[in-house]
Amino acid sequence: MTQTSEPGLEARNLDIGHGRTVLARNIAMELASGELVALLGPNGVGKSTLLRTLAGLAMPMAGAVQVNGRDVHAMSATERARHIAVVLTARPPGGELDVDTVVALGRQPWTDRWGRITATDRKAVEQALARTDAQHLSGRTLATCSDGECQKVMIARAFAQTTPVLLLDEPTAFLDLPNRAAIVRTLRTIAHDEGKAVLFSTHDLQLAMDLCDRLVLMRPNGGIWQGAPGQAAATGELAAVFEGSGVAIDPLTGTHRFRP
Amino acid sequence: MARYVCRMGGKGWWLVGFAVASVLLALLGLALGSVDLPLADVWATLLGQGTGTDAVIVLEVRMPQVLTAAAAGAGLAAAGLLMQTVFHNPLAGPGVLGLTGGAAVGVALVMLARPIWSAAALPQDLLVSAAAWFGALAVLMLVLLADRRVGNGATLLILGLMLSYLCTALVSVLQAASEPGALKGFVLWGMGSFAGSTPQRLPWLLIPVAVGLLLALALVKPMNALLVGEDHARSLGTDVGRVRRIAIWTSGLLAGSITAFCGPVAFLGLAVPHVARAFLRTADHRVLMPGTILLGVALAVACDLAVRAPWTGGALPLNAVTSLLGAPVVLWVLLGGRKWGQ
Repeated sequence: MTQTSEPGLEARNLDIGHGRTVLARNIAMELASGELVALLGPNGVGKSTLLRTLAGLAMPMAGAVQVNGRDVHAMSATERARHIAVVLTARPPGGELDVDTVVALGRQPWTDRWGRITATDRKAVEQALARTDAQHLSGRTLATCSDGECQKVMIARAFAQTTPVLLLDEPTAFLDLPNRAAIVRTLRTIAHDEGKAVLFSTHDLQLAMDLCDRLVLMRPNGGIWQGAPGQAAATGELAAVFEGSGVAIDPLTGTHRFRP
Repeated sequence: MARYVCRMGGKGWWLVGFAVASVLLALLGLALGSVDLPLADVWATLLGQGTGTDAVIVLEVRMPQVLTAAAAGAGLAAAGLLMQTVFHNPLAGPGVLGLTGGAAVGVALVMLARPIWSAAALPQDLLVSAAAWFGALAVLMLVLLADRRVGNGATLLILGLMLSYLCTALVSVLQAASEPGALKGFVLWGMGSFAGSTPQRLPWLLIPVAVGLLLALALVKPMNALLVGEDHARSLGTDVGRVRRIAIWTSGLLAGSITAFCGPVAFLGLAVPHVARAFLRTADHRVLMPGTILLGVALAVACDLAVRAPWTGGALPLNAVTSLLGAPVVLWVLLGGRKWGQ
């Protein structure tokens, strides 16, 4: 693991929500370069809103998000895109696009106003396809890709953006077990080998426990807990997130069972 | 040029092909009509060596009509492609936001409520163009105003549809209250025509269309970003709201100016981008936008030829021809001929 102490992304006194609804208050979190962090919590607790706020796609209700010591929400859209790459759950609408063009879109923050691809850009695209194990998809259109393949392409696109921070909203949703494992292992490689700060939201408890360096837990009451997966299980924090839902967490192994 | 063709790979040759087809069809358009002229004479006239009636026919009658068709085809196709991308909807066209409907209301007000306007000193055709332009502009302003409130493409699209219906209803009311003579004039306008322009009026069409086309070409990068969805586009550094507003402005400028000159031309704006995608097999706007514009020129000039070619009797309504071409394309899209999104 090449984890460094350099902060990739930092949130201070952050209040998130939309309209007048505040979902969570006073969030303080740090995302270091080279670490893979999972964001866990029940539906509607504000995981997507937190990710969107960290990514600069949504405005915070209070507080600030900084990357490299600079305010994310005060940057121009292009500048922000050079620091933070985002992958969202929704399948992109442009089914006619071919995979290489989609991945090359990741170069948009770096290309000229016509979006011309240079040799550097082409290299970044090739590297992104290789890093995400998606070379075999090159030349196909998005419409012919399965959900898992499509997700890989979108991650490759975010990788090609060559940002220090990568945020993903439920990248394993709608995928079968092998594909979920493949996606999270890819994210792990990207974080550990490339030194990127990677944060993704998920409902996949086991994958998060087994493959992530740290967990961020969002409780229904708006509280936030951060720490190592083993610690989350041992301290009962993980169990607290799913309290009253009929899910039992084993404090020793961190595995879960469903109560009848 | 050669460098561009190389960079675009095989697709660049399609663009060259579209351009060559446009030029050939335009030459045919200058040669054919109520009097058929030999292509050699047309060529001589274009080189400035024409004489007599032939030169007058080519330069003052057919040239404006061919140029009008070319500008209308290019402009409507570009506007259609912009709207399809901005609204992620394969069935969007230049008329989708109610701009054509607004133009129709303006024209209906001028033509059908003529007694009120009889005092106006302006010539009728100029008045009609101005009314169409202002009608489209009024709807454009409403749409942009709404955009500031809703800020979301899907809602805006429905709003545009509702404005369209509202305009149609207004036109129906005006029609019901008008005299038969005026009604005939309005119905003829509604059929569309490339024949109405004179060399003197032509700049009023060509300049706004040229500006609109340049704007459309300048938008290729953000249009590509929009293909992966609005949020992803934002995360790639695109100011989505601003791009959408510029695209709506551009589309309004193009559709408004063209409708003012040619009437509501059906299907060209909607169908041409799909035909271009079928040929070019890409959604990349850096190829697709110029391709759509060139193909729009070729197809509009071809439609104009069909309208006035001697063997069709020379009196087909323009919209009958464009619909015969466009409706099957739309059906093909609906039946899944192209995989447009999922």
